[in-house]
Amino acid sequence: MINRLKSVNKRIWLSGPYAVWVFGFTVIPLCMIIRAALTAREGGFTTGNIVAIFDPIHLKAMLFSLEIAAGCTVLCILLSYPLVLAMRQLNMGKKGFMMFVLILPMWMNFILRILAWQMILSNNGILNFLLRSAGLGELSVANTGAAIMIGVVYDYLPYMMLPIFNAVAEINEDLIEAARDLGANGFTVFCKVIFPLSIPGLLSGIVMVFVPSMTSFVISDILGGGKLQLIGNVIEQEFTKSMNQNLGSGLSVSLMIFVLISMAFTMKNDREGKRSAIW
Amino acid sequence: MKKKIVSVITMGVLILSVALSGAGCAKKKAENGSLTIFNYGEYMDPDVIRQFTEETGIEIKYEEALTPEEMYTKYKSGAISYDLLCTTDYMLQRLIQEDELQKIDIGNMEYIGNIGEKYWELAKAVDPENSYTVPYFWGTMGILYDTTKTNGPVDSWEVLFNGDYAGEIVMQNSMRDTYMLALKYLGYSLNSNDEGEMREAQELLIRQKPDVQAYLVDEARDEVVAGNAAMAVVYSGEAYLGNQYNENLAYVIPKEGSNVWLDGWVITKSCDNIEAAQQFLDFLCREDIAMKNFEYIYYSTPNEAVINALSEEDRQNEALVPSDHATDNCEVSMQLSPEANDLMNELWKEFKAD
Repeated sequence: MINRLKSVNKRIWLSGPYAVWVFGFTVIPLCMIIRAALTAREGGFTTGNIVAIFDPIHLKAMLFSLEIAAGCTVLCILLSYPLVLAMRQLNMGKKGFMMFVLILPMWMNFILRILAWQMILSNNGILNFLLRSAGLGELSVANTGAAIMIGVVYDYLPYMMLPIFNAVAEINEDLIEAARDLGANGFTVFCKVIFPLSIPGLLSGIVMVFVPSMTSFVISDILGGGKLQLIGNVIEQEFTKSMNQNLGSGLSVSLMIFVLISMAFTMKNDREGKRSAIW
Repeated sequence: MKKKIVSVITMGVLILSVALSGAGCAKKKAENGSLTIFNYGEYMDPDVIRQFTEETGIEIKYEEALTPEEMYTKYKSGAISYDLLCTTDYMLQRLIQEDELQKIDIGNMEYIGNIGEKYWELAKAVDPENSYTVPYFWGTMGILYDTTKTNGPVDSWEVLFNGDYAGEIVMQNSMRDTYMLALKYLGYSLNSNDEGEMREAQELLIRQKPDVQAYLVDEARDEVVAGNAAMAVVYSGEAYLGNQYNENLAYVIPKEGSNVWLDGWVITKSCDNIEAAQQFLDFLCREDIAMKNFEYIYYSTPNEAVINALSEEDRQNEALVPSDHATDNCEVSMQLSPEANDLMNELWKEFKAD
């Protein structure tokens, strides 16, 4: 027993490089951001930078970010479940071809993928070319909220799909057969067996999709044509153009508080679901 | 086996090149000293540096930056002592104001006469006595348009605001550039610090917003090249490149005037080999060297010897060699007062949120 403890103690040192990494690149920058957020531009303490999130311009950007993030999360969930169920039905495993195809785009830089979407959606783009060839008229999706939504859903779908897939793949076939023996139809099996058992995966999926889609700013700049602004764009402007790092930090902290609240909410449910299934 | 051979050869080449370059450096350092140069990325033909070292025996340590701000921060930190910097108008102005530079003995430079009088006048906006800066490249901002999609002349900023090309316009997603053209259209200075004028410009831009297809930076040119938009506000260098892809495109500097930018070389206060630094600047002005850089970069050059040697077609190209009267109403953009700068940021955010 004592021997085992000793070896555990020794192994803790192996986490040293990671600890240094986290301390240097997460903890220290975070402290700097919080300090800058609580400092007025002219110096001296203030909470004004954090409260600035309620300024109508910032609030509008924040609400639009929430709208995009919520929409993206819901769409990802709606797209993930049918796909995951089909993959389970067809016995496609984690190492299967389907999984490979789903993960493949993630090997490519996301900005390149977003630029590709810009080419697909633009007025003379691939989508409109296809529609025109089919005699269906034209769509103007480019530079609208819909284009941003397509971009974030495309980018973050794997992060929703994978944890749900992991949770669903682990469900014991016996449970489903038992449900069927007791007379449950497909829909009831999904509602009463599969869905409840997949909740841990769903929750980690939500965290991994909701948070980054709320804080993105490159996608909205490229696909939104710079006409729509998310809270990420406002923060970016404060840092890079207005050179007002204090306000930028303040808005970042408010955004972080918001993210933490939503994380706390999902974590609480996660614990009730007993185990989490981060892939 | 094949892999092994390849790796042995690679190792050999590496060792050899390190040894050679080491020896070369040591020799040249001993000869005539060295210069540390700080420039934008892709902003000088690498050949030019090689040739300078060959001719003079002065070793060049070359560093690149992306933005003037990055350059400024690195220079100020003092980690590396730079001898020569190449940067943009407003940053030149700032460095001069902060007393970071040494005067250049311009009268003693052999090839300085190649730089045209017009460009010294432009440089006066930031360097009133022409004593700190040697102009390097310059350019304008204007409208790149597709001649097959426009009817009537495009010669004024008005085409962006009168609704004729609604949905066909791409604007710059950059605050200063966008306010600049609105201010110019309204007949004000692009360096206006006046709140009323700035608000008037913002109103104009907000009214225009529904007609604008997108606010882009690097992709603005591509949208016109690809035929997605009829016109875009771009820098002249971009316009020249766009023309290479699609020959129906034309570039115009609107008659109300626009922004002229100017990049120039300066000698820093920390430079202790002034003679070598000056020799390098002179070298850049020499016709064959300036021509090499011009063909590498394709921005407008202030070197008249180069301009005279251009083909007739290039000389007619407004994006490459703007005609004299075209830049009459243009201004170099300068630092705004801190209050005006804050106001403009606020207005830009408001405008984006609208």
